[in-house]
Amino acid sequence: MAKELWKGNEAIAEAAIRAGCQCFFGYPITPQSEVPEYMSVHLPKAGGVFVQSESEVAAINMVYGAAGAGMRAMTSSSSPGISLKQEGITYLAGAEVPCVIVNCMRGGPGLGTIQPSQGDYYQATRGGGNGDYRTLVLAPSTVQETVDFMQEAFDIADQYRNPVMVVCDGLIGQMMEPIEWREMPKRDLPPKDWAAVGRRGRDHHNVINSLYIEPDDCDEHNVNLEKKYAEMTEKETRWEEVQCEDAEVVITAYGTPARIALTALETLRAEGLKVGLFRPITLWPFPEKALHELAGKSHVKAVLDVEMSSSGQMLDDVRLAVEGQKPISYLGHAGGVMPTVEEMVEAVKKALKEVK
Amino acid sequence: MRAAEICSHRITIVTGHYGTGKTEFAVNLAMALAEEKPNLMLADLDIVNPYFRSRERKGLLADSGVRLISSSQACSNADVPALPAELQAIFENREITGVLDIGGDPVGARVLARFFFFLLKEDYQLIYVLNANRPEVRTAEGAAEYLRGIEATTGLTCTGIVNNTHLCQETTAEEIQKGAVLAKELSDATGIPILCHVAEEKFVTELTNLPEPVFPISIRMKKPWE
Repeated sequence: MAKELWKGNEAIAEAAIRAGCQCFFGYPITPQSEVPEYMSVHLPKAGGVFVQSESEVAAINMVYGAAGAGMRAMTSSSSPGISLKQEGITYLAGAEVPCVIVNCMRGGPGLGTIQPSQGDYYQATRGGGNGDYRTLVLAPSTVQETVDFMQEAFDIADQYRNPVMVVCDGLIGQMMEPIEWREMPKRDLPPKDWAAVGRRGRDHHNVINSLYIEPDDCDEHNVNLEKKYAEMTEKETRWEEVQCEDAEVVITAYGTPARIALTALETLRAEGLKVGLFRPITLWPFPEKALHELAGKSHVKAVLDVEMSSSGQMLDDVRLAVEGQKPISYLGHAGGVMPTVEEMVEAVKKALKEVK
Repeated sequence: MRAAEICSHRITIVTGHYGTGKTEFAVNLAMALAEEKPNLMLADLDIVNPYFRSRERKGLLADSGVRLISSSQACSNADVPALPAELQAIFENREITGVLDIGGDPVGARVLARFFFFLLKEDYQLIYVLNANRPEVRTAEGAAEYLRGIEATTGLTCTGIVNNTHLCQETTAEEIQKGAVLAKELSDATGIPILCHVAEEKFVTELTNLPEPVFPISIRMKKPWE
């Protein structure tokens, strides 16, 4: 199929519609407002429901309700709005209700700035909500990947009955890139026989609830959730390695910094320096085993983590994976400033110098 | 070619569906015009997009003799549709040649409505930028709908179509040719002439068949890895 030029946020919305999203609930916030804007025009035409909610808190709870009734439902926002949704997300995870949440990240903390950032890594992977829960987090680095992942996200959510987050920084949401619409592999999904859609001849009502008031019941519920998270870790962990086969320095980066790293790689390789990129695609589950193995290889001398975050957040997971096998350095900016190709080239050279 | 060939009027207003590449065209046009004319001003009047704005190229524009007018520093990173007071200079000072970079769609073009009575008294042209790879304007009908919407919102009449068909770094001469076919269809349907076809310098030799001028550009609105 011929390529088309799409803006990241529009493409997110269109991909969701193509994936069978039936309900969208959201509230405008820069830099993701094109998602609800596009949805408001196109989702009703596709037979779905668009509601501009009175707040982000309302939006995520509308998702809880609609998804609890078996609908494919989603919400999207940008950083401060995602903070507001945290209570709803932990309820959705606790009640095992599938949904898709998009975070088009901007600079923080608080209101911060409308420029792109990756300061919500902790929030996405550790959960801003309470309790022992996990959301699968997909981190695309191109508009094409964003489109592909959005289409898969609904299937992953339904397969595991779990919220799935797609996080991109504001730049990916705002930029124009050529994409093609391609069929994503369909998963064999279980029937939504748990959905609260009336009795329908059953001898019981389905109840959507995250309250397990008896400690033993709640403990058992958590054990079951943990089993599910272990299965997701085993089956859904994704990453990409670029020119890592002989790399002396491995750059770890996701989203926009990973794109910048590819250009830095070209520059460094042209100078004869052996540099590779390790790009986590799922932030949770983090590709811990793969990075551990790569860092253990004798040709790898150092790791450089690059993020749009002040002192690094994914850096914690990189450290846990590398487990002290090799030295790790960090390059990053927060508040809407992006690391440049030149800075990355310099940081790699510095890292190399320190180990040679 | 001379930029003045496609911009014979004192004020050029660059509009179109969003994502068609209006800002890239406006920045290149302003820089080319500045080589031919004194007192060149480019106004960033995009009240829709928070990123990829002509104001991000303020330094480059200044070096090329283009004075950039954009919202005050206090407003430039806030998503408030504040307009710079300096903008009035373009309407009132006839020594100035002005290029107005407008946000996408009728929504973005609404910013012009308040300047309707000023513009009516001036020598202006309203340009409609077209990109055949944008899904909502890939047919002449879709493109005409946005064009008419922009005219209705602004109360101004469009006088020229610019074919700016591209696919970012994957652009080929064939893509531009495809856009030229669509631009011709739109021109035939609306009676509005094609002003030019926009192409990176490297494609110009492959576009000599086109009856309208080809406006050569260099990519100025780069992504951080480009």
